[in-house]
Amino acid sequence: MANIPEDLHYSRDHEWIRVEGDVGTVGITDHAQKALGDVVFVELPKVGDRFEAGKSFGTVESVKAVSELFSPVSGEVVEVNESLADEGEQVNSDPYGAAWMIKLRLSDPGQVDKLMNAAEYEDYTKAEE
Amino acid sequence: MTSKATPHVTQNEALIFERSQAGRQGYRLPPLDVDETPLDELLPAHLRRDDDLAGVPEVSEVDVVRHFTRISTWNYNIDLGMYPLGSCTMKYNSRLNERVARIPGFANLHPLAPEADAQGALEVIYELQQHLSEITGLAGVSLQPAAGAHGEMTGVMIIRAFLDARDGVGDGDRPRRNVMLIPDSAHGTNPASAHLSGFTVKTIRSTPEGQTDLAHLRELCAAGDVAGLMLTNPNTVGLFEQSITEICRIVHDAGGLVYMDGANMNALVGWARPGDMGVDVIHLNLHKTFSTPHGGGGPGSGPCCCTAELAPYLPVPRVVKEGERFRLDDDYPQSVGRVKAFHGNFGMHLRALAYILTHGPDGLRDATEAAVLNARYIAHGLAPDYDKPFAAPPMHEVVFTDKRQGRKGVHTLDIAKRLIDYGFHPMTIYFPLIVPGAMLIEPTESVGRQELEQFIAAMRAIAKEAEEDPDLVLNAPHTTRIGRLDEAAAARKPVLRWRPTEQAATA
Amino acid sequence: MRYIPNSPAERAEMLRAVGLETAEDLFSSIPADLRLRAPLDVPAALSEPELLAYFDRLAAKNAAATRPSFLGAGAYAHYAPTIIDALLQRSEFFTAYTPYQPEVSQGTLQAIFEFQTLVCQLTGLEVANASMYDGSTAVAEAVLMAERVTRRRKVIVSPALHPEYLHVTETYVSHAGIRLEQAGFDAATGQTTLTDAAALDEQTAAVVVQSPNFFGCVEDLQALADAAHKVGALLVVCVTEAMSFGWLRAPGACGADIVVAEGQSFGVPLSYGGPYVGLFATRERFARQMPGRLAGVAYDKQGRRGFVLTLATREQHIRREKATSNICTNEGLIALAATIYMETLGRKGLQEVAHQCAQKAAYAARQISALDGFALPHSAPRFNEFVVRAPAAAEDLLRRLAAERNITGGLALARYFPDRPNDLLVCVTELNTRAEIDALVAGLKELTA
Repeated sequence: MANIPEDLHYSRDHEWIRVEGDVGTVGITDHAQKALGDVVFVELPKVGDRFEAGKSFGTVESVKAVSELFSPVSGEVVEVNESLADEGEQVNSDPYGAAWMIKLRLSDPGQVDKLMNAAEYEDYTKAEE
Repeated sequence: MTSKATPHVTQNEALIFERSQAGRQGYRLPPLDVDETPLDELLPAHLRRDDDLAGVPEVSEVDVVRHFTRISTWNYNIDLGMYPLGSCTMKYNSRLNERVARIPGFANLHPLAPEADAQGALEVIYELQQHLSEITGLAGVSLQPAAGAHGEMTGVMIIRAFLDARDGVGDGDRPRRNVMLIPDSAHGTNPASAHLSGFTVKTIRSTPEGQTDLAHLRELCAAGDVAGLMLTNPNTVGLFEQSITEICRIVHDAGGLVYMDGANMNALVGWARPGDMGVDVIHLNLHKTFSTPHGGGGPGSGPCCCTAELAPYLPVPRVVKEGERFRLDDDYPQSVGRVKAFHGNFGMHLRALAYILTHGPDGLRDATEAAVLNARYIAHGLAPDYDKPFAAPPMHEVVFTDKRQGRKGVHTLDIAKRLIDYGFHPMTIYFPLIVPGAMLIEPTESVGRQELEQFIAAMRAIAKEAEEDPDLVLNAPHTTRIGRLDEAAAARKPVLRWRPTEQAATA
Repeated sequence: MRYIPNSPAERAEMLRAVGLETAEDLFSSIPADLRLRAPLDVPAALSEPELLAYFDRLAAKNAAATRPSFLGAGAYAHYAPTIIDALLQRSEFFTAYTPYQPEVSQGTLQAIFEFQTLVCQLTGLEVANASMYDGSTAVAEAVLMAERVTRRRKVIVSPALHPEYLHVTETYVSHAGIRLEQAGFDAATGQTTLTDAAALDEQTAAVVVQSPNFFGCVEDLQALADAAHKVGALLVVCVTEAMSFGWLRAPGACGADIVVAEGQSFGVPLSYGGPYVGLFATRERFARQMPGRLAGVAYDKQGRRGFVLTLATREQHIRREKATSNICTNEGLIALAATIYMETLGRKGLQEVAHQCAQKAAYAARQISALDGFALPHSAPRFNEFVVRAPAAAEDLLRRLAAERNITGGLALARYFPDRPNDLLVCVTELNTRAEIDALVAGLKELTA
C-alpha cells in the first residue's frame, strides 16, 4: 500500500507539493516511485527556470524507463535538490523527504486548491489500477 | 540448486588488462624492408604519440586464444539451441554462407576498386537487389543501409523527399506534412527514425484484438498533416494486419505514404508481398529473415525497398546493369543522398544471396511455412498454462503474459531467467509495450519438433513451479556462472571502462 | 530443405496437432487476395557445390582483389592475424544475439567492455560506446550529439573530411535543422584552416576535422581544439585510418571532445566496403548524450563481477522519438574482431605496425617525388597516405598501371574532386613490400616517360 501523507497536495501526474508561504516543494509520490522501480538518475532544471502548471521540468529514470516530471503549479525554481544528481535512489527510499526535487515560488497560489488532497489522491490511484 | 563452483579457471577469466604482463607479445611482423627516415623528418614531436599506449595489454597469442575461448563459453548461441527471441528471428546461420563471404575475391576487394575490376561484387549486389524486389513486390532496392533502423531512417527520408517534391517544402500553396503515424505496438526504432527524419510522431491505438484501430487511424488522418504511417506487418504481437489493404487506402487517401517495418518478413516470404498490399516502402533485416549472423549485436544489413514511383529517391550510388556490365550510378538528383560510406554491408549481402540461392523459391516458401507452424505449435502448447492476450492465431511469433503467474508474485523477468536453467535462451520480454508482462516467442523454422516440445515442457514446468515453489523461479537462474546482476547500481554509478584502479576494487 | 529440421511428415503431424489440415490454413489470416498464387521468380535451389561454384565464378571477376594495391581512402589492407577469424567463427560469438540477457551473454559483454576500454586508450578519451555502423555514420552521429550538447545549430566541417563521410553527414543532418559550413583549406600544407573568423562563432556547435585528413595530411588538432573551445564549440575528430593511433598523439590529448573512427584497419577484411565498425568516444560528462549501446560493470548478489548493457534509457527502445539515436543493431562481431586485433598486437605491436606504415609511405613518397614531372602538392606531415600530382591524367595512369603492370596504384582524386584531374591518393601499409613499392615507382616512371 502506498504511503500518502495527509499534509500534501497531489497532481494527476503523481507529483506532490508542500506549500509553505509562497514557496512549494515538489517531488514524486510513493505510488509513482513504486511504479518506476529502482531510480537511477534524476534530471532537474536550474534555479531561475520558470514552468507553467503541467509542464515538464525534468525526467526521472529507472533502469528501463524514463518518466517526465510535471510541475503541479506554475512558478519559478528557487532551489534544486542537488543531492539527487548522485543519489537518485533516495527517490525510492524517501520520496516525501530527502528526495524532494525542486522548490518553486508560486506565481498563482490559487492553483494549489485545484490539486487533490490525500484522500482524493488515494481514490485516484485506486481508480487507475 | 546451488550456484556453480567459481574457482574454476575457465569460469573466472579476467579482463585482458588484468592478464597483461609487460614483455609478452602476440604477433610478429616481417622486418622493415625500406630505408628508415629519421622520425624528426617525418613528424614534429608535438604531433607524436607520447604515452607509449599506456594500458593497452601485452599478451601472447596463446593468452588471446584462451581468453576469448573461455569467455565465449559464457554465451548462449543458436548453434547450441533454440533462441526464441520474438521479433529477432534467430534462425540457423549457415556455415556455407560464412565460407562464401570469405572467398578472397570478395574479402580482399577494396570498396574503391575500379568498377571494371569489381564486376563480380557489383553483380552480387545487383542480383540480391533483384531477388529482394521479387520477394517484396517492390521495384526499387538499395542495399546501402547498415541495419534495420538505418533502413527505416532511409525509408522515412524517402517519404520526406517524395512529399517535398510533390507538395513543396511549405513554400507553395500546399502545407508541408509533418505527422508520422506509428502504432503503440511499434519497435522503438520507428519513432526514433521518424524523429531523425524531421517528423512529429502521433501514436495509433491498437484494438483489444491486437489489430491497428481503423477508427483511430481515420480520425488521425482526418486531422490532416499526415505524411505517412509506419506499420509492422505481421505486427509485433505476431498477428497479420487483416485490414492492411484498407489501412493503406486510408493513408493514401489522406495524402500520405505507407512505410512497412520488415522485421517480421519471416512470416511472409513466399506467401505474400508487401508491394501487393499497398505498401510504398519497406526495410528488410538481412540479419533476421535472410539468416545473416547477429554476431552478438551486429553487423546487420537493412536494405530499403520501395515502389517504382519512389525509386528516384533511394540513396546513391545505385548499382545498375547496362548490357552485361554493372556500374555505380550517382545520377539521381532527387535522391535522399548517401546514408553510409561505400556500398553497405557487402559481406552480409553475400550471405543473404547465398541463403536465397540455397533455398530457391520452394525452400523460401517452406521456411516461412515451417516458421509459422512452429509458432502455432508453441501457441497451442502453452495456452493451457499461460495467459494469451489475443485470441487470433499467431503468425511466426506468439505473445503470452505473466498474468496467471503474477498472482504468485512471479513475473515475466523471473520466468525468462528460469528458462535459462532449462537450457533455453529467454524469449523477448516486456515487448511490445502494449502488453503488460509480455513474453514474445519466435521459434523460427530452425527448430525441430522434439526441441519445441522440450521448450513447451520447460515453460509448463516453470508455470508449475510458479504455483508450488515461486522462490525457485524468483531466484533463477541457478545454473549460470553469475546470478542476476544489479543493473540499477550499474546505471547509478556507471563503470564503462577498465582502469588500473578497477583492479584493486575487484581483487 | 536441409536447414529446416522438421520433415514434411512431421510438419503434417504438427498441423494436425494444432487442428489444421493444410499449410495454407496457417496463412488464413492473410486475406486470400493478398496470398501469392505463383512461386517467387527467384532461381531454383542450388546444392552446396553448385553454390560455391557460382560465387567462385563471381569472385574471379573481381580482379582488383588479387593484385598489389595502394588504395586507401577509408579502407585499408593490413595484416590480420589468423586467430582473429578463428575466434570470430566460434558459434558462441557469431551466432549469439545482442546481450540483453546478461547471465547467458557474459562473453559478448566482457568483450564489449574490453573494446570500450581499448577505444578510450587509443583515442585518449574517457568513455566509448559498443560501436557504430562505420566511420561515416559515426561522424554524422557525432554532429547530432554536438548539437544536443551545445544546443547550437551550426557545424563547421573540414573540406578535407572524406567526401563520402561528408555526404552521409549531410543526409543525416538534413532534417535536424543543423547547418553545415565549410572550414578553410590551405592547399600548400594540405591542412584545414579556421582563419575565417566569421564562420567560427558562438553559434557554432562543433568543428569537424579528419586527421590524418582525406589527403593524408596530419592536422594540428591542438590548435583547432583551442580555436573551437574559445567560442564554446566542441572539436569532433574523425580518423579513417585507425592504425594512425599508434603513431600520432591521441586526439583526446589534443583537446578533442568527440573522437570517431573507422576501425576496419584492425583485423577487418576489406570486403568491398563492409561490414566495418565505427568507433565513438567522448568525455565522461557527455556520456548521457552518446548514441549507441554501452556495457558497464555490475555485480550479482554474491558480489561476483559481471557486465550488463547500461544507461539504456538513452536508447530508442526506451526513449523512442526522444532517444539520442535511432541505432539499435551495431557492429558487434566486427568490434570483436577489432578487439582481438588490438589485444593481439598489443601495446608494442600497434606502434610497430604504425611505424612500418609511416616508414614505407615515407619511402614511397620520396621515390615518387623524385620522378620527373611528379610532385607531392601538400607539405604537412603524413602517416601512410599522400597525394601525388602526376604529369598526366591520374585516371588514365591508374588504368594503365592496372592493365600493364598489375598494380592498383591508388585512387584518382577526380572521383570526388573533378578539379584535381592529375592527383592520385596513394596509401602504403605494412603489407606493401619494398618490391611492390619499387614496381609502382617504376610503373609511374615508365608510363609517363
